[in-house]
Amino acid sequence: MPGLSGRMSTVVKAKISKLLDRAEDPSETLEYSYQKQIELLQNVKKGIADVVTSKKRLQLQEEKLQQQVVKLDTQARQALAAGNEDLARVALERKNVAQTELQSLDSQIAQLEQQQEQMTASEQKLRTKIEQFRSKKEVVKAQYSAAEAQVRISEAATGVGEEMADVGLAMQRALDKTENMKARADAVGELEASGTFEDLTALGSGDDDIDRQLKALSSTSEVDADLAKMKAELGPGGPKGELGAGSDPAAGAAQAAGEGGGPSPEQGQ
Amino acid sequence: MIVRISTEGQYEIADSDIPELNQLDNAAVAACETTDEQAFHDAFSRLLELVRAKGTPVPDDELFGSDIILPPPDVSLEEAKTEFQGDGLIPG
Repeated sequence: MPGLSGRMSTVVKAKISKLLDRAEDPSETLEYSYQKQIELLQNVKKGIADVVTSKKRLQLQEEKLQQQVVKLDTQARQALAAGNEDLARVALERKNVAQTELQSLDSQIAQLEQQQEQMTASEQKLRTKIEQFRSKKEVVKAQYSAAEAQVRISEAATGVGEEMADVGLAMQRALDKTENMKARADAVGELEASGTFEDLTALGSGDDDIDRQLKALSSTSEVDADLAKMKAELGPGGPKGELGAGSDPAAGAAQAAGEGGGPSPEQGQ
Repeated sequence: MIVRISTEGQYEIADSDIPELNQLDNAAVAACETTDEQAFHDAFSRLLELVRAKGTPVPDDELFGSDIILPPPDVSLEEAKTEFQGDGLIPG
């Protein structure tokens, strides 16, 4: 068996039998081996906690982005109602970027969820195997001579050793993936910090670098469709010049009253 | 024969299923040698399917060493190259 997997099982077996051979009293080795197993079980628990932490972090970011999407949508509506279509377009472009980011966050969270479940199942399995090893060890210690004990326990020790190596491998792979996600989450965090999803009231007149990038990033057709939909929702009384001039809060209030109250969107008083 | 799928668990496989397993193993080796990603994933996923379908899962409270250890299901061709060489994971 020349493969790495073959090697892996051989290495595990060799390590354990060496350990058993070297010991004058196998029961001592058995105790030591059992302690090591318990230690690894603790490590697995820590690994699961790491995955949960990463998941929570992504979920928090998801919430923030969701809020941004709502905010940008509102801002686009307000801009359109005020007759400023360019500003509305910028808001929608940013909303588009935030939504794309949300989708990828969604799938990452789902992936972490799955990893968490897998690791929890592995922990359970390893726990059962260790428990089995513990009871075998007690029986062997009680009933067999030192020489016999070595033979009796070696298969069990190999079984546990292999399981431990396997859980270790699963954990390593899960953590590697989590690392990648962390890096991506940090990148999104930076995007957020740079103001990409920030309040549009702070926006200058001309296109800056971010705006140009955003335009390239977001799908224009989607933004156009959003814009058309919003225009339709605003109705014929929507993007008129006079409304644009009205920066007084009454206009906004009338708009807000329209959705909840009476069917008279024309004039308040 | 006890076969472990890394990160997944152990299965007991009847001797009568070993030749088929060996065939897929050799196909995986061939794909690795020619760096044929598609062929490797085909052979490897069929290998895993065979183990899962024909094998009996070893209960959690049984302690056995495995005769064969397969790489994890999400193994990449690059990683696999170090394992699927010569005779492959299964001699012959």
